[in-house]
Amino acid sequence: MPPMNDWLTQPGLTHFLVVSGILFSLGVFAIITRRNAVMVLMGIELILNAANINFVAFSRFTTGTFDGQVIAVFVIILAAAEAAIALAIVLNIYQMFNTVNVDEINQLRD
Amino acid sequence: MELTTIVFYVFAAITLIAGAIVVFSRSIVYSAFALLFAFFGVAGLYVLLMADFLAVTQLMIYVGAILVLLIFGVMLTTRVIDVQMRTGTIHVLPALLIVAALAGVLVHVLVSTDWKVLPELFTPEETAPQIGTALLTTYVLPFEVASVILLVALIGAAMIARRERKV
Repeated sequence: MPPMNDWLTQPGLTHFLVVSGILFSLGVFAIITRRNAVMVLMGIELILNAANINFVAFSRFTTGTFDGQVIAVFVIILAAAEAAIALAIVLNIYQMFNTVNVDEINQLRD
Repeated sequence: MELTTIVFYVFAAITLIAGAIVVFSRSIVYSAFALLFAFFGVAGLYVLLMADFLAVTQLMIYVGAILVLLIFGVMLTTRVIDVQMRTGTIHVLPALLIVAALAGVLVHVLVSTDWKVLPELFTPEETAPQIGTALLTTYVLPFEVASVILLVALIGAAMIARRERKV
């Protein structure tokens, strides 16, 4: 590792990875602690964004190809599909239980 | 200090502070709007990583579509009349410990690893044509599968959300 001062003033691969690591941890925290299902979804979106930063950062700094960016496009596509399906399920749960708190929903049948 | 360095720290700060507000805010509406800034900050990081097409895609799909969906979800599942916009949290302290340990391990591993960084950084002139070519040549099978998945998700979401309830 270069000297500390140099390291701080020149953002490299590690800086982006650290940002993504912290963002990932925040998303995990949201998923663990929030009771509202929509908040859990927001945590998942944070985690997907953290993963995407990693893909693009590695694409620029280590592989030097477009593969990482293409994978990031697929991640965004899947995130869109996941958000639509998950919110439809959340709406259905709300109609059935009149709540979206994930710790109060404990039966699958009607 | 170079301009890109300052811009990096600005966008990293926007992303992380907004992410922290998303996670720690008591009001779900504040969380939803903080998520907008988190997505915006990530788009800025993409620009710094020379991924301009991805940055625009991020803004259009995350901010334009997913966030609007989430806000619809908030509005449709929260009793606005009762002003019950606050969301409860459970086992915060153990989660805080575990997540702090996770973040510490992650950051330590990421900083201490000796990454094989290219001597010449990957700086493409333009990204959209290359990504389009890659999608239709190397990645044509995942591309088609993704389109089927989107179709299935669209139909499935409409079916699930509109299912008639037998009273």
